[in-house]
Amino acid sequence: MKIALLGNPNTGKSTVFNMLTGLRQQVGNFPGVTVDKKQGSIKTPNHTQQLIDFPGAYSIFARSLDEQVVQDVLTNKEHTDFPDAVIYVADAANLERNLLFFSQLYDLGFPILLVLNMWDRAQRKGLRIDIEKLQQQFPAATIVTANARVAIGKDRILQALDQLQNGDRTPFFDLDLTTLQTDSTQTDNTNARLDKLRNIGLVQNAPTTPVNSSTRLDRILTHRIYGYLIFTAVLLVIFQFIFSFASIPMDFIDGQFVRLSAWGAANLPEGLLSKLITQGLIPGIGGVFVFVPQIAILFFFIALLEESGYLSRVVFIMDRIMRPFGLNGKSVVPLLSSVACAIPGIMSARTISDWKERLITILVAPFMSCSARIPVYTLLISLVIPKTYIGSILNLQGLVLFGLYALGILFALGTAFLLRLIVKSGKPGFHLMELPEYKAPRFYNVGIAVYEKVKIFIFDAGKIIVAISVLLWALASYGPSSRETKLNELKVSASYTKASPSQQQELENSLLLSQSYIGHFGKWMEPAIAPLGYDWKIGIALLSSFAAREVFVGSLATIYAVGDDTDNNKRLVQKLRDEKNESGQVVYSLATGASLLVFYVFAMQCMATLAVVKRETNSWKWPLIQLAFMGIIAYLSAFVVYQVLL
Amino acid sequence: MSQTLDSISLHQLVEISAIASSAIAPKLSEMGLTKGQKIKAIFKAPFGDPIAYEINGNIISMRKEEAMQVEVQMA
Repeated sequence: MKIALLGNPNTGKSTVFNMLTGLRQQVGNFPGVTVDKKQGSIKTPNHTQQLIDFPGAYSIFARSLDEQVVQDVLTNKEHTDFPDAVIYVADAANLERNLLFFSQLYDLGFPILLVLNMWDRAQRKGLRIDIEKLQQQFPAATIVTANARVAIGKDRILQALDQLQNGDRTPFFDLDLTTLQTDSTQTDNTNARLDKLRNIGLVQNAPTTPVNSSTRLDRILTHRIYGYLIFTAVLLVIFQFIFSFASIPMDFIDGQFVRLSAWGAANLPEGLLSKLITQGLIPGIGGVFVFVPQIAILFFFIALLEESGYLSRVVFIMDRIMRPFGLNGKSVVPLLSSVACAIPGIMSARTISDWKERLITILVAPFMSCSARIPVYTLLISLVIPKTYIGSILNLQGLVLFGLYALGILFALGTAFLLRLIVKSGKPGFHLMELPEYKAPRFYNVGIAVYEKVKIFIFDAGKIIVAISVLLWALASYGPSSRETKLNELKVSASYTKASPSQQQELENSLLLSQSYIGHFGKWMEPAIAPLGYDWKIGIALLSSFAAREVFVGSLATIYAVGDDTDNNKRLVQKLRDEKNESGQVVYSLATGASLLVFYVFAMQCMATLAVVKRETNSWKWPLIQLAFMGIIAYLSAFVVYQVLL
Repeated sequence: MSQTLDSISLHQLVEISAIASSAIAPKLSEMGLTKGQKIKAIFKAPFGDPIAYEINGNIISMRKEEAMQVEVQMA
């Protein structure tokens, strides 16, 4: 049996879901859309059943992507997720409005269990709810009370599920809902239902004002100065964690995978398979797991902010600022998180319920300069930007770095503005939303949210990342047969025989990379990148850094035979400075360096982001469009910068 | 004298007299904004938009263009 868990947003629905299923839950998408579908098995006294958590909705008449899913599934008996019964979670402290959607589901004929959640809160507010009267109005429904935040009501719910009454009933409000198509018929039906619900006289001592503490806090948190200051402070804390503290577990994970590779290389029988495992597969999987700390940290904070009710205040104060760009107050968190890493940023865009606004946010997020660009920026800035001061205070190198970040933000917003005009949308986006009361976050819910995001990333996006990284590894490690001849030529050359053993190794690695398939491809595309000021060596570094931007530095180090570790950064800078082309001019001139910097601001040089966009948009269409338009912007602007500075 | 919800001043209790027909009208009803209900603006976002309203003990946030759909009169 399939049971749907339904209810308005902010009714503690996911807390009920977590209470009933615990960790026995799987997250996926509803077919054809990227809306979270959480599933878990529950054991009632007599049966084991599948519980499906649907997105929060206010009614069966959809106006957002989330609600569209609910409407599509519940009004189509052929749908694979069409439920046999419904658990409806209602906020007892806010009953009449919550019963609207319940009454619609009742009239659609589902066997239904009504859970009056947050029962304690309703009582604290002094509400007197007449359950008997409620039962009289909905005789075919089973009604229980619960307080899921403190795990009260689990047994009552499970027991009641075995005693649900079947679909036959006199409707509460006799109209066939599925025939209501127009705005005005839907509005009329809703109004009439609400009137009927209000006239039952279910609730006495209904509150007429919101809780005082909520409004007092709101005056500060949404204040035109303090509101933004507090939000900035919150962001600084989150960034501090993602930027600095995340590097500790990331380095650890990285180190473990390097050790595993080394162990494999030492213990596996030599051969192609062993190389594939130790050099292709293990580093590829490591490249997936290395993102886990950043994802976990960001979603820990997002879940915390969401649970507490603060996130909707952020949306409230940012909405007006983001709107001209075709974005929404909810786009702020995904975009700002992308400054650390676009991957968790894009994953967090799921909170945007309007599809068009979500898509635009996802498409422009990688323009924000992420932390993987920092090694590239640092290397190139120290290479071509002089260490001078402007007006004796402003460090020019620092100013350029700031400019690169600003350029990213500018293009993210500018592109969003253009996409707003291009991307088609079914229904107009709206803001109308509830500002829930502030609540202490439940760490169990926060933990589950983090666990799920990490799991989704590893299993869904991870596959693509591993596949592409193995492919890139193969292209960089193998080459046409001419490679062996070149290697033998190198080994008898004077520069090689005079070199120390470690230099010999570096020279060999350099030759092997430049003679690999990627190396040949880099040379082949030199005419295409020459107008940007790049030679084939830079071409190779560009190609291999599609794995991740920071690989650019490592690839250059290999090509210039300086050994691939950070201590060699100074040696690399020196080597790059000395590099001359055939006509004797420096290769890494200001023009080429600046052109490369701009290229890295704009280009989608990150397969992991591409994989995540594929997962979050449910098709290859959008990541490929994104790859194309970011590539074109990168190419054109690098071209302009090079030609102007030349 | 009738006004729309976006133009009322803070903390002034008003009564909803009509809701203009539009794509968002059903959503306004679902949030509890129906004819005869009492509502007041309790705080505004910077730039005066969106605006937070209190109705039936809930806080609802609306953009100005959305609030413009709701006609109100002095309670």
